[in-house]
Amino acid sequence: MRIEGIPASPGYAEGPLFDLNQPPASYKAKASAAEEKAALEAAIGKAVARLAALVETADGDAAGILEFHIAMLEDDALSGPAFASIGSGQPADVAWRAALDSEIAGYEASDQDYFRARAADLRDIRDQVVRALSEDSEVALPQGAILYGEDIAPTRFLETDWSKGGGIALKRGSTASHVAMLARSRGVPMVVGLSALAGTFTGLALLDAERGGIIFSPSPAEVEAFRQSASSFADRQGAARTFLTEPAVTKAGTAVRVQVNIAYPSDVDGIDIATCDGVGLMRTEFLFGKALPDEETQYQAYRKVLEWAGDKPVTIRTVDAGGDKPVPGFTVEETNPFLGLRGIRLSLARREIFRVQIRALLRAAVHGNLKVMFPMIATPDEYSQAAALFAQEQAILAAQGVAHKLPPLGIMVEVPSVALAPEGFSDVAFFSIGSNDLTQYVMAAARDNAAVAHLNSVHHPAVLRLITAVAAFGRDKRIPVSLCGDAGGDPAAIPTLLEAGLRDLSVAPAQLAMAKAAIAGVPV
Amino acid sequence: MSASAEATVLITHAVGLHARPSVKFTKLAKSFAAEVEVAIAANGPWFDAKSIVKVMGAKAPKGTMLHIRAKGDGASGAVKALVDLVQRNFDEDADHVRSA
Repeated sequence: MRIEGIPASPGYAEGPLFDLNQPPASYKAKASAAEEKAALEAAIGKAVARLAALVETADGDAAGILEFHIAMLEDDALSGPAFASIGSGQPADVAWRAALDSEIAGYEASDQDYFRARAADLRDIRDQVVRALSEDSEVALPQGAILYGEDIAPTRFLETDWSKGGGIALKRGSTASHVAMLARSRGVPMVVGLSALAGTFTGLALLDAERGGIIFSPSPAEVEAFRQSASSFADRQGAARTFLTEPAVTKAGTAVRVQVNIAYPSDVDGIDIATCDGVGLMRTEFLFGKALPDEETQYQAYRKVLEWAGDKPVTIRTVDAGGDKPVPGFTVEETNPFLGLRGIRLSLARREIFRVQIRALLRAAVHGNLKVMFPMIATPDEYSQAAALFAQEQAILAAQGVAHKLPPLGIMVEVPSVALAPEGFSDVAFFSIGSNDLTQYVMAAARDNAAVAHLNSVHHPAVLRLITAVAAFGRDKRIPVSLCGDAGGDPAAIPTLLEAGLRDLSVAPAQLAMAKAAIAGVPV
Repeated sequence: MSASAEATVLITHAVGLHARPSVKFTKLAKSFAAEVEVAIAANGPWFDAKSIVKVMGAKAPKGTMLHIRAKGDGASGAVKALVDLVQRNFDEDADHVRSA
């Protein structure tokens, strides 16, 4: 059965389905009793191994208790009833709980205080295995699995080992979500908006993230046809790869700069700097994942990328938290976050946090060709305030004798006010069009909402008119204009963007070759 | 080769055949090839002396007469060693003297 969706990251994946929408800490039942037994065995083994590691560091009394727990866990008499229940159809967690609860009841019924107190040990033993079972279901991701469900958390994406293939199939989701961007940059096939995806599917599935669709329980003929499409896609990618090492040039011989977008400093490890013209967008939200990063952590992250790029420019965007990227301790809860305190607005509201990032950027600037841009600029005053903070911090570093450099300061063009009235920004060093946000704001269509995905198109004349106007303003004022949204790496959008006057695109690393190949076919 | 042995020993340990002593007891029992069983009454029920779950489950407090029986290879050695362990208070006397 094939269900249609929207391709979010091109490619093909053939593999077992893995249901994403399990509560994070609950056990996921397996398909057969044999698998349930294996899961319970593994969980007991894991609990024993953990206790054994604890024994190493525990002192006498504690070690004695831990050894008692280990001996209980290693005793088949404890797990025997659980394995028997599994044999008669119970899932491992239910069977284990029932077996242990019956033991626990026996201890609780004892007339001896000491034995009654052992019920607590039994409960502890029970829970250690339950925990190990649940974790097991979290990580028991078959190799090359197709993760499917309502949506997927970015952390889940990052925890997954994609080196053995696999893909993502989402009922909701969006082609502009952060996971979609990550998927494109890592070359992980992903399809969103599979709205008819209902119920629980298991077994083998075929994910077609080129046209957008997934096939459940495929017939041999479907598998055969799928493999042909996958191999043809790989061939086309291979052909595009011949463009990778060459500078991008259109059919008419016009040079186009193609830079890369990165989200993590480690992203550059897999990229040959010779294949791109620099980093057009380095996001810094990753630094703000769990806690607010200190200056040194930021400095090292920026420096790594600058040194990798050598003479080529690296455009780092100051933190764009808020919107769909909340940061505990930094962002605020809002009913309409995309229109709230996000990007530069938040940085200017929380200057003590912004100043730390500014100092790290000023210090890192001596290690390469740094440019800095501010996200979500709506008025010239915001740019002036942010630039003034750079000047202040620069003066402080100079007074302290700390090595630093003031990088060129530019802005993202993503709020329509900037695209409609760029004349207020003739003193910025450069413009970078964030086509994802510009489109969602122009079309009033949230980019994380599949129900309005059809409105979210960079091809709409209103969006294209603004892009054309900004490109023309930049040419007129000799201010460089680039584009770092997803459209820049989309072979279907590239001709339109070049016709709109753009000559500088920044794309996901995995799209470099296809983007250059697409540019070569454009007659401008 | 169907050797068998049986003995009875009084548990004098303050809290009986509890967690740590039962770990020692079952470990020792497992070191013998013979089939070893324990009971807290002469007529049973008998429990596998190599299973800590069963031994703990017998819930034998201080003052219990513990019945131990074994059959097979080394049966008498097994019973003797286990009786010794119980009589030595599971080698935990030092702890109890200190805490007394």
